[in-house]
Amino acid sequence: MTDGDTVDVLRISGLTLDLGGARILGGVDLALQPGRIHGLAGESGSGKTMTGLATLGLLPPGARTGGRIELEGTDLLTLTPRQLAVLRGRSVSMVFQDPSTSLHPMLSIGHQLTDHLRHHLKLNRKAAKERAVDLLTQVRIPNPREALGRYPHQFSGGMRQRIAIAIALACEPKVLIADEPTTALDVTVQAGVLRLLRGLCDDLGLAVLLVTHDLGVMSAIADEVSVMRHGLVVETGPRGRVLTEPQHEYTRQLLDALPGRSTV
Amino acid sequence: MTPDPTAPLLSVDDLVVQYHRPGAPPTRAVAGVSLQVRAGEVVGLVGESGCGKSTLARAVCGLTALAEGRITYDGTPVRPLRVRRRELALTGIQMVFQDPYGSLNPRRRVGSQIADGIRTAAGRGESAAELTTPEDLLTRVGLPASAAERYPQEFSGGQRQRIAIARALGARPRLLVGDEPISALDASAQLQVATLMRSLAVESGAGLLFISHDLSVVRLIADRIAVMYLGRIVETGPTAEVWADPRHPYTRALLAAVPKPDGAGVLPAELPGDVPDPADPPSGCRFHPRCPQAFDGCDREEPQLIAGGVACRLYAA
Ligand SMILES: Nc1ncnc2c1ncn2[C@@H]1O[C@H](COP(=O)(O)OP(=O)(O)OP(=O)(O)O)[C@@H](O)[C@H]1O
Ligand SMILES: Nc1ncnc2c1ncn2[C@@H]1O[C@H](COP(=O)(O)OP(=O)(O)OP(=O)(O)O)[C@@H](O)[C@H]1O
Ligand SMILES: [Mg+2]
Ligand SMILES: [Mg+2]
Repeated sequence: MTDGDTVDVLRISGLTLDLGGARILGGVDLALQPGRIHGLAGESGSGKTMTGLATLGLLPPGARTGGRIELEGTDLLTLTPRQLAVLRGRSVSMVFQDPSTSLHPMLSIGHQLTDHLRHHLKLNRKAAKERAVDLLTQVRIPNPREALGRYPHQFSGGMRQRIAIAIALACEPKVLIADEPTTALDVTVQAGVLRLLRGLCDDLGLAVLLVTHDLGVMSAIADEVSVMRHGLVVETGPRGRVLTEPQHEYTRQLLDALPGRSTV
Repeated sequence: MTPDPTAPLLSVDDLVVQYHRPGAPPTRAVAGVSLQVRAGEVVGLVGESGCGKSTLARAVCGLTALAEGRITYDGTPVRPLRVRRRELALTGIQMVFQDPYGSLNPRRRVGSQIADGIRTAAGRGESAAELTTPEDLLTRVGLPASAAERYPQEFSGGQRQRIAIARALGARPRLLVGDEPISALDASAQLQVATLMRSLAVESGAGLLFISHDLSVVRLIADRIAVMYLGRIVETGPTAEVWADPRHPYTRALLAAVPKPDGAGVLPAELPGDVPDPADPPSGCRFHPRCPQAFDGCDREEPQLIAGGVACRLYAA
């Protein structure tokens, strides 16, 4: 889609966030390009999820923000809740760290997937159903046609996570924020999901912000890597460089903590 | 107080757990599993997403009805409990659930939820001197003591997992079942919390059944590992042995798919074929349609777990 020169589809600059009297984000800078995966690692509690939620306008009540979050030039922080709702799911979507956030417990999976498709893409019932089956197949849900009639609690934790991924991808967003999308998956199913994401980037020019604490996953799929600590991005760079020649002390600590780390 | 050291603390024998849905055949999520956990032992349970690990864990904690087989904890059969109060002896089993959001009460402060755990231990007659405070437990899992005053939703994913662990540890379990308990933690926090859980088992003689898809963490803390595929255990053995010499083709595929943090950008290999539906398992060996080494007869004969610890016809005597 792009020819190497960097057109940012999403640019976060100087993002600050205050919540309940505490500073959560202290000026975060991140940029996403079409067709590329930007990995975000960092300490637990460093503000990765909050950065994602800020982009979707889904921060908890009482949150105060500063800085800019530009989606193709529009500052999302200046939009009204209604304008944001139009973008959510359609242009920017998110796989939440807690999959139960993305799934309604009382509605069947088919209902949730097809509603979304019919609303945003104006598909008819039959076309929406076919697309839903196709999406569930892509995330490796067994017997997808039958799965449409089931409710979230009837799936395993990892299956719910994959269904949430299917919903987030349903409307072919330009930007996907995936918050720990493979934490509940075993490594072979994880490999399938990573290949799916890589394929969507390569074929459709999807831009992904991939939050993961798993540096193996990061190494497998991220083009760029950023590392957060205490509400700040402390290091950003190409994957190979950050994982083999970390510049920041904290990145080095993270790499050293890996059990059985394969030294380079 | 001192049980027969040779008797396992937890014994699961030929367990079958089914889910029923109207108009569909029952799903045998756990389809004949036997597993033991001894006092002071850490058993790691790994396997494909949807293979029945959480179902097994819930059955062990008395939260699901058994279709067949038996579970005994400390010599007592574990039965599913409809009644609100769990039998006192069974409070010695604590579970850390896969979903830390659902298992913490959003309306109560973290400290008072951890205090519930401690009260459970007191109720079993643990001496007061051995009991800790919520603040102490929070610091041990790497959170500030002041976290006790806050509510669960004020915490990040990894922080909530640590709160759930603190609450379970507060109950001084004799058997701790952790279902992906540290999946959201960064590498350094994983190391810290996994070590804490392991030392609990080793020092206080508790058993730990540790479910995780993160093989590097399992390798670090488990004495023994059990590998599950579609409702059955396909391989089991001392962790170091299984790691060094995986025998079941599924175990091999699993170990080969662990992505390496070498910065090289190599996508790990996927298992070929479709993820099977436990409501309609393949005939014979459940893994045969996806097995690179399947041979004549694998689609007909279901291999049993042999003494050597592997259920695969490649190793049949
Ligand atoms: N509702 C809230 N009120 C006050 N503070 C909050 C709230 N939600 C989160 N926080 C705090 O904001 C900080 C950042 O949280 P965030 O969820 O972004 O972390 P994270 O980097 O995603 O961590 P993890 O890897 O553990 O998921 C944390 O220190 C957390 O305690
Ligand atoms: N309440 C339910 N009703 C019907 N089927 C269910 C129910 N709960 C789980 N299942 C099915 O049982 C199987 C095993 O689920 P389980 O949650 O035990 O898997 P798991 O090994 O823990 O997976 P994961 O690693 O993804 O958490 C899955 O196929 C799931 O769809
Ligand atoms: Mg988070
Ligand atoms: Mg599970």
